[in-house]
Amino acid sequence: MRLDWEIAKRGWRRYAAYPWATAAGVFTNTIFGFLQAYILLAVFRHRAHVGSYDATDTVTYVWLAQALIMTVYVFGWQELALRIRDGSIATDLSRPLDPQRYWLAFDLGRAPFHLLFRGVLPFVLGGLVFQLHYPSPLDAVAFAFSLALAVVVSLGFRFLYNAAAFWILDIRGVMTVAITVNLFFSGMVLPLGFLPHGLETVARALPFAAILQTPIDVWLGKYHGPDLAGVIALQASWAIVLLWLGRLALRGGSRRLVVQGG
Amino acid sequence: MVESVVLWRRLVGAQVRSQLQYRASFALDLGGSFLISFIDFLAVLVIFHNVPRLGVWSVREVALLYALSSISFALTDLLIGHLDQFPQKIRDGNFDILLVRPRGSLFQVVASDFQLRKLGKAAQGTFVLVYALTALQLDWTPGRIALVIVTIPAGIVIFASVWVTGACLAFWTTDGGEFTNAFTYGGNFMAQYPIDIYASWLRRFLCYLVPIGFVTYFPALYLLDRPDPLGLPRFLEFSSPAVALAVAVLTGIVWRGAVRHYRSAGG
Repeated sequence: MRLDWEIAKRGWRRYAAYPWATAAGVFTNTIFGFLQAYILLAVFRHRAHVGSYDATDTVTYVWLAQALIMTVYVFGWQELALRIRDGSIATDLSRPLDPQRYWLAFDLGRAPFHLLFRGVLPFVLGGLVFQLHYPSPLDAVAFAFSLALAVVVSLGFRFLYNAAAFWILDIRGVMTVAITVNLFFSGMVLPLGFLPHGLETVARALPFAAILQTPIDVWLGKYHGPDLAGVIALQASWAIVLLWLGRLALRGGSRRLVVQGG
Repeated sequence: MVESVVLWRRLVGAQVRSQLQYRASFALDLGGSFLISFIDFLAVLVIFHNVPRLGVWSVREVALLYALSSISFALTDLLIGHLDQFPQKIRDGNFDILLVRPRGSLFQVVASDFQLRKLGKAAQGTFVLVYALTALQLDWTPGRIALVIVTIPAGIVIFASVWVTGACLAFWTTDGGEFTNAFTYGGNFMAQYPIDIYASWLRRFLCYLVPIGFVTYFPALYLLDRPDPLGLPRFLEFSSPAVALAVAVLTGIVWRGAVRHYRSAGG
């Protein structure tokens, strides 16, 4: 536990080292938030609801998605893949610390940094211009749980596509596909409730919904009582399944690992 | 000028040849980026699954905006997208090397990379453009033909100017490169939709001051023969090339000023 804590602190510090990059990111997320908010508000000139969302829910969704974009890390992550490719993974594997546990601890240190410094400001700025939905205390607590699980699901997924580097040299193609599918099916491009019914059903059955759509729905108070417990349990299940698959991939991959050169 | 073009073709030609060495891998990359960029257009279709019109605009009309912006942006990205890595050149001091060579520094930066696979995105835009133009059944007057031909190059010049101006930031702060993303990637996103749906303060800032509105919106008004929902003067519909030229000149001045500010990383 002490070790995990130390690794997590390093995850935080890694990103805290670049304040200008953080400021630039906040600016970009804010601009995208405004664009997306006005585009989707234009939809509500013609109708009052899309699925269970009204205009306030939708605009809140947009700002939460921009605020959480770094926390749940939907864009490319290839640190593990690079270590596999250059052979550093051999050193990692010989340490008395499991690489998956290392990256999970690191990511759980990174995520709070991104939540605080990349998330809070865009959301507050959005809240100054638009009327947003704020959660009840119970929903806020549930949101915190749901978001933590979302980070674990996200790391589980990223670890998995990075592990592809054990089998193929250049994971760029795999990564592009993984990011694109994740962007769309997590709800980052549009809330899943906007999709045609069949596609929405598919999207909600996939693990990606647990990365963004679920925590935002929890914030918006779309789940109560047993439903709320159920949806958080589902996220936890996805986290376990993905971490377990990552574990299998790591075991299978390290068995066939050949480090070249010298 | 001609000499520069010849040199650019030789430099880029060498890179293209090297990228074509692994044919299968290149084809996969190209095909992949073609297919994946449709997810982007899927978002437009999903929005129109929920409403017949966005403001006054139909799905075909938004498809036209989307296509014009996507093509211009993809070609700009192909030509100079590697400026996203430009801050690295400043940080490690490699920009020095460019300054001692007998060619313009901007020219060398631009010619230093060329990823042919990015054509996949432009191909996707072209696909949507063909769909939009077929579905809209425009009356092809000489004016429309001329406007379609100049719109994409003007869009490229506008996007490229924004990109280069943003890259100049690297001369002051090397880890603030993401500021530029708001105007490049953000500009593309913005131009894919009709700008009359945005709030007026955002339009003033991103459509007129940073002239993203001239990439698609004003030319599209003419192509569609639509009175401007914003009620702006009609001559704006033809002014994209002039605006592009003006921002290009401005960008040249900014770049030169920024280079003069450059102090090597040393060491």
